[in-house]
Amino acid sequence: MTTATVPDHRGRYGVFGGKYVPETIMFALEELETAFNEAIQDQEFNELFQKELAIYSGRPTPLTKADRLSESNGGASIYLKREDLNHTGAHKINNAIGQALLAVRMGKKKIIAETGAGQHGVAAATVAAKYGLSCKVYMGKEDIRRQALNVFRMKLLGAEVIEVTSGSQTLKDATNEAIREWVAAVEDTFYLIGSAVGPYPYPKMVKQFQQVIGHETESQFKEIKQGKLPDAVVACVGGGSNAIGMFAPFIEKDVPLYGIEAAGMGVETAQHAATLSKGSNGVIHGSLTKLLQTSEGQITEPYSISAGLDYPGIGPEHAYLHETKRVTYEAVTDEEALHALKLLCENEGILCALESAHAVAYSLKLAKKMQKDQHVVVCLSGRGDKDVHTLMEFEEGGE
Amino acid sequence: MNKRWEVFQHSSDYRFTPYIMAGDPCEEATIELSLALEECGAHALELGVPYSDPLADGPVIQRAGMRGLAQNMNLEKTVKLVSKLRERGLKIPVIIFTYYNLLLQLGENRFLKLAENSGVDGVLVPDLPYEESGYLQKICSEHNLALISLVSPTTREEKLARLSREAEGFLYCISSLGVTGVRSEFRAGLDEFLKAAKRNSRVPVLVGFGLSTREQIQQFDGSSDGFIVGSAIVKKIEELESDLLTNREEAVKTFKSYIESLLPVYSR
Repeated sequence: MTTATVPDHRGRYGVFGGKYVPETIMFALEELETAFNEAIQDQEFNELFQKELAIYSGRPTPLTKADRLSESNGGASIYLKREDLNHTGAHKINNAIGQALLAVRMGKKKIIAETGAGQHGVAAATVAAKYGLSCKVYMGKEDIRRQALNVFRMKLLGAEVIEVTSGSQTLKDATNEAIREWVAAVEDTFYLIGSAVGPYPYPKMVKQFQQVIGHETESQFKEIKQGKLPDAVVACVGGGSNAIGMFAPFIEKDVPLYGIEAAGMGVETAQHAATLSKGSNGVIHGSLTKLLQTSEGQITEPYSISAGLDYPGIGPEHAYLHETKRVTYEAVTDEEALHALKLLCENEGILCALESAHAVAYSLKLAKKMQKDQHVVVCLSGRGDKDVHTLMEFEEGGE
Repeated sequence: MNKRWEVFQHSSDYRFTPYIMAGDPCEEATIELSLALEECGAHALELGVPYSDPLADGPVIQRAGMRGLAQNMNLEKTVKLVSKLRERGLKIPVIIFTYYNLLLQLGENRFLKLAENSGVDGVLVPDLPYEESGYLQKICSEHNLALISLVSPTTREEKLARLSREAEGFLYCISSLGVTGVRSEFRAGLDEFLKAAKRNSRVPVLVGFGLSTREQIQQFDGSSDGFIVGSAIVKKIEELESDLLTNREEAVKTFKSYIESLLPVYSR
């Protein structure tokens, strides 16, 4: 199977993907697949989506050359795809707008969403407000405590935040609970998944709505560099939505791609979220993919300083791109990410999200080994305002 | 079809199939509760396997799973527990209720060999819909195990007919949308759904999800061949947890009188 032919008609990326969900929601996945396929072939829908991205989220986002950072680092020059400049501060809004427009098209009035750090929850609450939908966001009790600011933002936007107390009370459990709610309310509710995970057609749909990142990057880069392509493209990977969106147009081209996972305290410790580096095949949240689990199949709790990468699974297409070796997946520790975040702040005046800092950290390593006339593009998936509290705690703890 | 399934299928009773979680609150309690359920008239037994992420289950069974996990119960031990149940004289069909990831990690083939040798009669995987079940279906037939199908009020008509026709052991009809757990009301139009399921099924049609009282159970007597009770029973086990660990004989007695209070008079 070549990359161009995935997913197949069963929603498979090689062995990965599929629909591992209770029978009760199978009809809803079929209904969603039909509606989605019709929508993306409908010019009116696509134009509306592009228009909303432009006038509501502020796209296209710029491709910024990081002059001083590249200079001090040495080697290739680094370009930043500025998803942090989107409305609500991250790439999450692209997908949220796309799925909300689809929900409206399908006549659904209620949306539900899961959230870890709250970025997708905020994006979902935002589009619900904009398109007049009711919105329930499922969030782990532990995350609610850690991300009080985003919880308040969601409530301000009119969403109902539902505290999840099952399991480890984090993103994985919030996703379980959102799926449980969907099973109960499936007839009138649209489940707005925030990452390139979940049962088919979600991974394909999220990629479709995020690929604007890669397409803009390609044309912006070509414009600056007289039609050339970048020498490397780097993005961070939790569930993998910004990465799959960034990679989309480059997968079939001769461009080295790098997906960066969170190594937390180090992949040799138990405290990491390096699903592809350390995980094994299994089923999580409706999809067969790589995940962090015990030998018996109990899903384990990952760790990363970045809440957005703190997920025990990964989108099935990434598992496939890893297996076929089309994309190189590497892991970056908390410490390396924090260091890169500071360098970017000090040299470019940009405070990026802790998630994106993982991609920046790897880009710095990579650029150093490359030639001065080469170019690395890194997806700066979000801004770091949400992380200020974590950064402060870390600084204080470190002293 | 094995002997145990034959007895189950030929019964003229309104069939009672309870669900309990393996290892809740400990392995020996599971054994004694299973035997008690048979004595109370259970026609088959569903044995749940503790899992970290049970997305088809409500809070009661989630908590039971946590208790089972704390006892280090797992799929392999659950299957081996069935051997012990057989040694202690359990005669009714036993169905292992497991999430797919546990089955994948143990290995589907390994599971089936083990299950066949341990006296397991069926397997039910709540997150493995028909569309994904081809391989497991094939090897289940090879090992003489019934892969129990779940159908829901949202299952499309043609699919319902097909699943009903192909069902083995029994056909599990979900009474209402949502996860497992006690409910006060059922879905409108449920009788129609059960009738449609019965029209094509060669095996008994059982109704489950949310049943917790004798009145609710009796409500379906005319439209189905049996019923499944999970969360209500698991909740009782939760209430009896400390006695089941320290004063088991007394606890099992209390458990049995609870089960008797639940069951309708089911000779038809």
